[in-house]
Amino acid sequence: MFYSISLYIALAIFIGGLIYKIAAWLSYKIGVDSKNIPTSKRFSSALKGIIVTIFSAKILTLIKIVVLDVLVQRKVLKEDTFRWVTHILIYGAFMLLLLMHALDAFITSAIVSDYSATLNPFLFLRNLFGALVIIGICMAIYRRFILKPPRLHTNPMDIYAILLIAIIMVSGILLEGTKIGSYSLYKNMVTDYAGIEEGEEEFTALTAFWVDTFGTISPDIKAPFKDEILTAGKELHEMSCAGCHSRPQWAFIGYPIARAVKGAAGGLDKAGVHTMLWYLHFLACFIGLAYLPFSKFLHILTSPVSLLANSIMDKNNSDPANIATRQALELDACTHCGACTARCSVGIIVEQRGNVNILPSEKIQSIKGMVASKKQTDERERRLILEGTYLCTNCHRCTDVCPSGINLEDLWVSVREDMLQTDSPEFSVLSPLSFYRGLIRESIPASEYTRPLIKAREAIAAPCDLMKAPDTAVPLTLANKELQDSLLLSDQAATFSACFGCQTCTNVCPVVAAYENPKEVLGMLPHQIMYAAGLGIKDLAFGSQMLWDCLTCYQCQEQCPQGVHVTDVLYELKNLAIQNVARTGESVSG
Amino acid sequence: MNYALFLGCTIPARLTQYEASSRAVLGALGVELIDIKEFNCCGYPVRNIDFKASMLASARNIALAEKENLPMLILCKCGFGTLKHADHILQEDPSLRNEINTILKKEGLEYTKGVEIKHLLSVLYHDIDRDTLTKKITRPFKNLKIATHYGCHALRPSEITHFDDPVNPTLFDDLVALTGAESIDWEKRLDCCGAPLTGVNDDLSMDLTEKKLANAKQSGADFLCDACSYCHIQFDTVQGIMNNTTGTNNSLPAILYPQLLGLSMGIDGDTLGLGENTIDITSVEKFLSE
Repeated sequence: MFYSISLYIALAIFIGGLIYKIAAWLSYKIGVDSKNIPTSKRFSSALKGIIVTIFSAKILTLIKIVVLDVLVQRKVLKEDTFRWVTHILIYGAFMLLLLMHALDAFITSAIVSDYSATLNPFLFLRNLFGALVIIGICMAIYRRFILKPPRLHTNPMDIYAILLIAIIMVSGILLEGTKIGSYSLYKNMVTDYAGIEEGEEEFTALTAFWVDTFGTISPDIKAPFKDEILTAGKELHEMSCAGCHSRPQWAFIGYPIARAVKGAAGGLDKAGVHTMLWYLHFLACFIGLAYLPFSKFLHILTSPVSLLANSIMDKNNSDPANIATRQALELDACTHCGACTARCSVGIIVEQRGNVNILPSEKIQSIKGMVASKKQTDERERRLILEGTYLCTNCHRCTDVCPSGINLEDLWVSVREDMLQTDSPEFSVLSPLSFYRGLIRESIPASEYTRPLIKAREAIAAPCDLMKAPDTAVPLTLANKELQDSLLLSDQAATFSACFGCQTCTNVCPVVAAYENPKEVLGMLPHQIMYAAGLGIKDLAFGSQMLWDCLTCYQCQEQCPQGVHVTDVLYELKNLAIQNVARTGESVSG
Repeated sequence: MNYALFLGCTIPARLTQYEASSRAVLGALGVELIDIKEFNCCGYPVRNIDFKASMLASARNIALAEKENLPMLILCKCGFGTLKHADHILQEDPSLRNEINTILKKEGLEYTKGVEIKHLLSVLYHDIDRDTLTKKITRPFKNLKIATHYGCHALRPSEITHFDDPVNPTLFDDLVALTGAESIDWEKRLDCCGAPLTGVNDDLSMDLTEKKLANAKQSGADFLCDACSYCHIQFDTVQGIMNNTTGTNNSLPAILYPQLLGLSMGIDGDTLGLGENTIDITSVEKFLSE
């Protein structure tokens, strides 16, 4: 009764959760393109897409993906054998346990007519699969908590998942161990199947046989036994018990546990420990079922869908409604395995920047939080997410290795294009990180393309009042020693003070040469910036557009007769100008 | 000769023909390339934003090669320049080196003395026996005029890159001449391709590219030849965008040096990824001698 009620409750939560998730996949809006597509359109497009695909040649691609990526998981194998073995053990053996053991009433009994859980090969296989899952769990724990690959983050969701499977497995084997040793269960069985009651002579013979060979622990019938009693017991056993009971030694984990606790078996039995373990075991399974749609276990359903969808969809040819739905679903297909982060080209710089959203595995979690949260994500968090999506070289490695087939690169591009329009300026747009954005500029409306660039330039120039008043007379004495002192990163402070204003840098600069009126467009020219830096005039050093239009071609530096590291100084001023505005920005908002 | 091949981010994602043609050519010349999967961003794109982050990325790459005790062979000039610069600073600045090593040691890496950092062209020019190279060139080009594009980050700052004479370089011209092609003289050959401003100031970037291409074309070039991922994408993909959007057509197709060399070595166009360029370069095969 309790069993059925809890099962139905778990099932109801599971189904409700799934419906909730599907609704989310059809309604979450990620990126600019998804903004104007209503849920109804996304629902009909998804249905249409699925039906059309199933009845097309693409079905062959899908079958291939199911075998290679869903079942064999070649992407994990290619990246990391240890992780592949871990996952195959957990998922493969758990699935087998689910089919053979948990669903035995529906599957195994239907296939094998005289099925009994205590009969071989099921008895043995249950232990084998259980052992494999436990080895897998130990490997997962080893990887996350002992091996700790660089920049792998473990969040509570990862711990709950490991813990839940561990509880299911351990409670299962302990349950089996205590049942093997339980005298009360034995007595009930004898009554039910052999029709013999305690105290009868046949009972003593059968019990002697079971104590001797099956590990049953009886309070009063103890070895050594006479041969004829054992022979009589064996006959009774073969008549009434053997049809359902293989030797429990085949339970190669459960049986040793029974032997190990045999001294306490009577007490455990009286206390009903096996009943408690049974409750623990099935409740853990039901909790797992109910929790599935809200946990990383959801990837059991979403990862295959993501793999399949991505194998046949692409940005240019697929229905935008379906891309929007796929991107929402992908947020739930992430297993937080860390494969993307392990291969991320810029992952290392998180050690310097401290923003975990640089790491793909953390970035997708933050994006999920931002998209799913009902209330506004606070501005600081949004700024970190946007920076994380832009500090990316679009090398595509995260996407190539994702075992769930998530098109992470497209996700970053969608999220950041949207945020670049609405959020506070992102300064890394003014760096070669924008190279990829430049290459895909034809896919972005012209005004949206330039807005983030203008926003960033304006924000950096905003605090530089002197730049806005070009007629102001500037005293030619050192105004700010602090600026000089901060330009120490690559030893340039000593070099720019050697500038004697010969203008060679400006004369050889291809950017200056590209304009008829360079001073108006660029604000300050290279030699003027060197001079401003030498005098410590922050506004002039930071506020000039020349900084952001510098090609870093090193013509100026190569040709400077005074050995001023002009390009390196410009590089460093860019760093400082961004820090300068980021600091003012924080003090204004905070 | 063994090298750790440093591909960077752009080549595997957007310029696979550069990797394919380099592997084909170097393989035929008996160079063994070792892949280090853990290599990351060279540091170039983040230097505008955060110098130390850029240094950290560079240092990790060098430390990885140092762990394997291998010199690095770099295909991209920006990657080459950035790694050379980082290497220089790490040697000059012990306190920064310590700071960076503290981070690298967390994953068992350390920058101690660094490794040799070489660009593809330097390896072909200095490290490969010239006779071996000449003998391999079985189908030299005839009547083919090439405008060599040197690439800023290899040439300058010369005191750090040590690639060639920064004012009058000849290394690349010599390598082009080996293939039988004529390396023409042109005014803008040492100028920037414009790529660093793609996505930042596209009008300026394209203006510079346009001027370079026009100058090379006027100087009589049939093709522009480069050996850098950023430069090549600028002269190929971005030139394609320019041709689509502005309508002006100064079209001068760009070929990667290992594609050019490979063809003269008798390697077929498919292996060299000729078809993967945005602007069609297959006509270059017409200049090959029979």
